[in-house]
Amino acid sequence: MSAGLLFLVLAILAVAGYLSGRWRAAAGGDTRALHSRTTYHGLAVALAALLAGIVTFVLLNLLATVAPEIGSRFVAIASIALALAAFVAVWARITPAFRARNLVETIVLGLLLLAATVAIFTTAAIVLSLVFSTARFFGQYSWSEFFFGTVWSPAFQGVSRLGMLPLLWGTLYVSAIALAVAVPIGLFTAIFLTQYASPRFRRAAKPAIEILAGIPTIVYGLFALVTVGPILRDWFAQPTGLGSSSASVMTAGLVMGIMLIPFVSSLSDDIITAVPRAMREGSLGLGATQSETIRRVIIPAALPGIVGAVLLAASRAIGETMIVVLGAGAAAQLSLNPFEAMTTITVKIVSQLTGDTDFNSPETLVAFALGITLFVLTLGMNVLALYIVRRYREQYE
Amino acid sequence: MTDATFVPAALDPERRAALTRRRYAAEKRFRLYGVGAIGVSIAALVLLLVSVLGGGLPAFTQTFVRAQIYLDPAVLDPSGTRDPDGIRKVLTFAYAPLIKRSLETATAELQPTVPGITPALLAGMVSDGAPAQLRNYVIANPDSIGETVEFEFLANGRIDQYVKGNITRESSAGDARLDPAQLDAADRLLEAGVMELRFNPAFITNPDASENRPEAAGLGVALIGSAYMMLIVLVLSLPIGVAASIYLEEFAAKSWLTDVIEVNISNLAAVPSIVFGILGLAFFINFMNLPMSAPIVGGLVLTLMTLPTIIIATRAALKSVPPSIKEAALGVGASKMQAIFHHVLPLAMPGILTGTIIGLAQALGETAPLLLIGMVAFVKDFPAGLPDGLFDPATALPVQVYNFTQRADPAFVERASGAIIVLLVFLVAMNTVAIVLRQKLERTW
Repeated sequence: MSAGLLFLVLAILAVAGYLSGRWRAAAGGDTRALHSRTTYHGLAVALAALLAGIVTFVLLNLLATVAPEIGSRFVAIASIALALAAFVAVWARITPAFRARNLVETIVLGLLLLAATVAIFTTAAIVLSLVFSTARFFGQYSWSEFFFGTVWSPAFQGVSRLGMLPLLWGTLYVSAIALAVAVPIGLFTAIFLTQYASPRFRRAAKPAIEILAGIPTIVYGLFALVTVGPILRDWFAQPTGLGSSSASVMTAGLVMGIMLIPFVSSLSDDIITAVPRAMREGSLGLGATQSETIRRVIIPAALPGIVGAVLLAASRAIGETMIVVLGAGAAAQLSLNPFEAMTTITVKIVSQLTGDTDFNSPETLVAFALGITLFVLTLGMNVLALYIVRRYREQYE
Repeated sequence: MTDATFVPAALDPERRAALTRRRYAAEKRFRLYGVGAIGVSIAALVLLLVSVLGGGLPAFTQTFVRAQIYLDPAVLDPSGTRDPDGIRKVLTFAYAPLIKRSLETATAELQPTVPGITPALLAGMVSDGAPAQLRNYVIANPDSIGETVEFEFLANGRIDQYVKGNITRESSAGDARLDPAQLDAADRLLEAGVMELRFNPAFITNPDASENRPEAAGLGVALIGSAYMMLIVLVLSLPIGVAASIYLEEFAAKSWLTDVIEVNISNLAAVPSIVFGILGLAFFINFMNLPMSAPIVGGLVLTLMTLPTIIIATRAALKSVPPSIKEAALGVGASKMQAIFHHVLPLAMPGILTGTIIGLAQALGETAPLLLIGMVAFVKDFPAGLPDGLFDPATALPVQVYNFTQRADPAFVERASGAIIVLLVFLVAMNTVAIVLRQKLERTW
């Protein structure tokens, strides 16, 4: 019996439970004598049957992963049997005094709590899936070579060298260029929009810049590959003799910088607006010009928040994938030349996990070690950034 | 100290004026930096859109060639019985010479103006998919065997690129798959109206095509895969997200569990998308044994990624409903659950829907996690209908873009940009709906 059919049967049971529960509650004649309205009696039967069926189904399926002798037919029959049992048990209890509403509300509250814990389960699943495979990787490959190795050359037959440093370097280099583009532009955008622009200009310009935030990263990737890369190669790299590849750290960094502009500007916007008016007006009242006020009063006051925003942007940059896959190249190397193709952690996760993968070889498992590095790096930056931003907010509230 | 008066040293007027001028100049410069920053952002946006639109619009047109093909009974139906099974036995391979032979008269007509042309070269200007198209027609219309039928074929990708002006005689000089005589012939055929460039709806509806046939590649499978995944995301993330928000906003007491949930939600919103791809691969595919490349896995991964967005939007919407509504309901005897589900939730609905649509739009454009769960595979068969189709291999729109960029033939770059236009149209539509919903339904209290 397929799962689809099983759920159909459970759904029919639930509908039948609702109708018959309501009918039984109303059978006494005077519904005013009931503790709960008839709908709740119906719902109680329906929910009990549905939940019993689904919980049995899920539990038995989990059990089946360790005890394969449990067949899908047994799972289906057991689920329906327990659903029926719950149906009858609740249905039989229906009397005018039955507190059906309280029962239904308890079940619903439980379901709401369950939904809220999905976030915890997701994090746990992420951590577990990363940790297990990483442990297997370090069983086959020395951890010190992974973290401190300077050569990345996976070879699926024979001796691979899987040093992470070239990837980390590429990641940090691209992110640094991206931040060098996004932070000044984003910050000045936020300053102009909050301090100088007329409300009309602000209403027009702010959404226009935020369009940049709504564009999917694959679009930026294609932009890097088709437009920015060739322009940089033909106008800068080749004339200066610095490189001949259109995929380069500079290409990926510039495009990623554009992607991060709205991120930095809208965060800084909020932070600058949160600086108390009195500070700004005090400075203006003493005769400082607007730019002096901004540089000497507003920015220093907003600095912790801005640092938090930059950290958040940096964690975005480190975890960004499609722009670097299409714009930065695949050559793992430690080089200072920004017009050379380099590669990042995310690019190598993609390349090691797509195509034919063998989940027993270190060349595939290394992707999980890279993943956990990325996860820890971005998580650390986020926690730090949120801490700084929160501290800053408390300062002025 | 308090009674000491500070007397500034008198600046001589000239120096004071110079100082003021310098300060005002600095002010002006600072302002210009701001204008410049906004200018750069807007210019980048314009450049991005122009380059994608300019590169992608030609993908919606395609070059077609008309040709008279004699459906030779000796080849197509050797037994002479018109038996459908016998016709089916003739492989696509046998249809190619048919095209070449039928083009002999056309070659003779072209020869005076295009000396180098041969029937083989002329047949080479037609898409590699033409024999299959011919075969499908013959199988559908067995009675047409023995007649001369006019067909409209897609032109070969190279010819198409030439007609669109993307390659020139100079740039294609060393191309083994393109003879200069073919370009001359293309010019003549265009003049004669036998070949023409026009709108090609097959770009939207066709499945992906192999490396050698960029002209036939379309977005059909990707669109269906994306639609299936959006369906899963909507069906799962809306109820779960709303339920979680109601719990956190209305019921959760201040406890360690609530704190853990809150921290988890804000961290999940910041986890790089590629990590969700690793989760999908390790948990849904390797652990739960769900099929690779299937929309169900993509949908589940995108659901987990969309949840924080929906939860944040829903909580804001719930918070914006004035407490007096809930208090009034409680005051006339409703239970807390009734007050929330019957009164607060309906009033928060516009905000929730807006947040959901924006979350869906984000999920629609997400690429990286889908690469890891195998949606990057070459899929040319349409997935089945619902619900079985959820387990069939499919691709998604943004992954199809990535797929096109990885092919050697540059004609695919145009199709990648075209696919992005389709993607952006969907995103703009979804965001417009969200904005309109907000403006129409939002209430101020």
